[in-house]
This record gives sequence, C-alpha cells and structure tokens, in this order.
Amino acid sequence: MIYISWILIILMLILAVVSIQLKNLIAAVVAMGATSLIISLLFLLLQAPDVAMAEASIGAALTMIIYIIGVRETERSEK
Amino acid sequence: MIRKIVYSIFLATIVLALVMFFAAYPFGKNKMTVGEYYLNNGVAQTGASNIVTSVVVDYRGFDTLGEVSVLFGAAAGVAILFFVLAENRRERKNITSPNFVVKVGSRIIFPFILLFGTYIFIHGHLTPGGGFQGGSIIASGFLLLYLAYPGTRVSRKKLSAVEGLAGLTFVLLGLYGLMLPESSFLFNFLPKGQLNALLSAGILPIIYIAIGFKVAAEFAGIVDDMMCEVICRGGEK
Repeated sequence: MIYISWILIILMLILAVVSIQLKNLIAAVVAMGATSLIISLLFLLLQAPDVAMAEASIGAALTMIIYIIGVRETERSEK
Repeated sequence: MIRKIVYSIFLATIVLALVMFFAAYPFGKNKMTVGEYYLNNGVAQTGASNIVTSVVVDYRGFDTLGEVSVLFGAAAGVAILFFVLAENRRERKNITSPNFVVKVGSRIIFPFILLFGTYIFIHGHLTPGGGFQGGSIIASGFLLLYLAYPGTRVSRKKLSAVEGLAGLTFVLLGLYGLMLPESSFLFNFLPKGQLNALLSAGILPIIYIAIGFKVAAEFAGIVDDMMCEVICRGGEK
C-alpha cells in the first residue's frame, strides 16, 4: 500500500509542475483538476473519506469549471 | 544587491525558525489529548457513530455555523460581482451545442447524482460525508445539467428560499437549545436513540440536512451566475 501512495505522490507533484508550465491554459486547468483528484485519492488512503469526498467534488469538479469559464472569457494561451 | 542580501537573510531566518519548530515535535506522534477525549466519549455523548460528524456538528457546531456563513458571504459576493458586470454585457457568443452522448448521458445520470448527494447528507451521522460533501455533489449535478443543456436556468427565487429556510432551521435549532434549562447554543435536546439507526443522534441529522440544502443552493447559485455570464450574455437585462 505504501508503494501506491509513493507513486501517487510523485504523479501529483509532476502534474502540479506541469499545470504551472503548460502554455495552453485549458490543458493547465485539466492538469490542475487531475492533481486534486490524486490528492483526494491520497486522502482516501490516509483514511479521511470525508475530506476525500469534499476534495473530489469541489476541487476536481466545481473549481475546474470556474477556471475554465475564466479562461474562456480571457485568453486561451499564455504569451 | 542590498535587496538580495535582505531577501537571503529573511529566507534563512524563516527556514531556521521552521527547522527549530519542527525539531521540537517528533513526526507523527500524538501531541494533543482532545482527540483521544473525542474518541473515547464521542459516541456516548452525541449518539453519532461517525466521530467526525459528532465533532463538526456537536462539539464544534458554532464553528460550523460560522463556516456556513462564510460560504454564504462568498456566494453573495459572486452574485453581486456578476450583477454589476451584467450592466455592460457584450454581444452574445455562439455556443457550440454539446454532442448527443453528453445530452442523453447527463439526462440519465442527473437523478442518480441527486440521489447520491441526498444519501450522503442524510446518512451524515452514520457514514463518512455530510452536509458539505452531499451539497457539493448535488451542485455538481446541476453543473452537468448546465453543461449539457446551455440555456437552462434554475429559478433564483427558489434557490434563495431554500437557502434562507435551511439557514433559519440551523439558527433556530441552536437558539432553542438556549431556552432549555441546560442552556447552551446548539444543545442536543432530542433523544439520542439507538446507535447506528437512521433516526439517532438527536439534532445532528436535522442540522446536517439543513447544511446539505444550504450548501447545494449556494453552489448551484454560484454555478448559475458563472454559466449565465457565458451563455445568456446580451439576453435578459
């Protein structure tokens, strides 16, 4: 079980760096949503299902949509 | 040059303070006794088999009221911001219609999302989850509906009525506790019932149902404001 959490932590860090570095902002937002999804899996592995549910529904769904609407209203790619 | 030196000194001070702070506490060890108190007495005192709920709604019920108020303030702020922006809307953009799979799939899955969210906040005192989680799941169901059918609107008056009634239930239940002889805000005055039964733990399930409705209405309102800013631009005034 400890190996799964190590893989998830490394994946989470990679996705977090990717979401900062990407120039296409929609792709960056998707990477950010994937980061929160992995965080919610880690919460589940740490036996905090309450927090995992809140993170999955707010962090991965609602926040992502708010960012996508913001990107849609402004510029699609970073200069 | 001087700025860089000042920055390095500042950074070094912070790192040193953090290292000294964390060196004093062994990693992963239990430093507080209040957690053990909740684990030992929580079930007997509140009657809820989910200890997290008994802490969030019973021992720290007043904090939860503050948390719900903060969420209300955030939702009101978003509504005010977009109401001001609605004054000078530009021309309506062409929205590409979502494809067939999204439309039919969302129509099939929407009632199940509502059912799942309701299950989570009704069973908040028995299983993991509660008002906040269930409410946000219901709001994400509404979000799916907005994405699949651009142009749907949830009635804002009904959302405000649900939100206000739920908040009023929470506060009135708390104030009723003050009138009893034991007299404390959010006193658990209903019978505890049998452990693990749906009707147990006194006022905890009622409060969590109220929180679930309130959070769902607030998040649905935020989603409605944001999607309307994209979709119904130039439409209604």
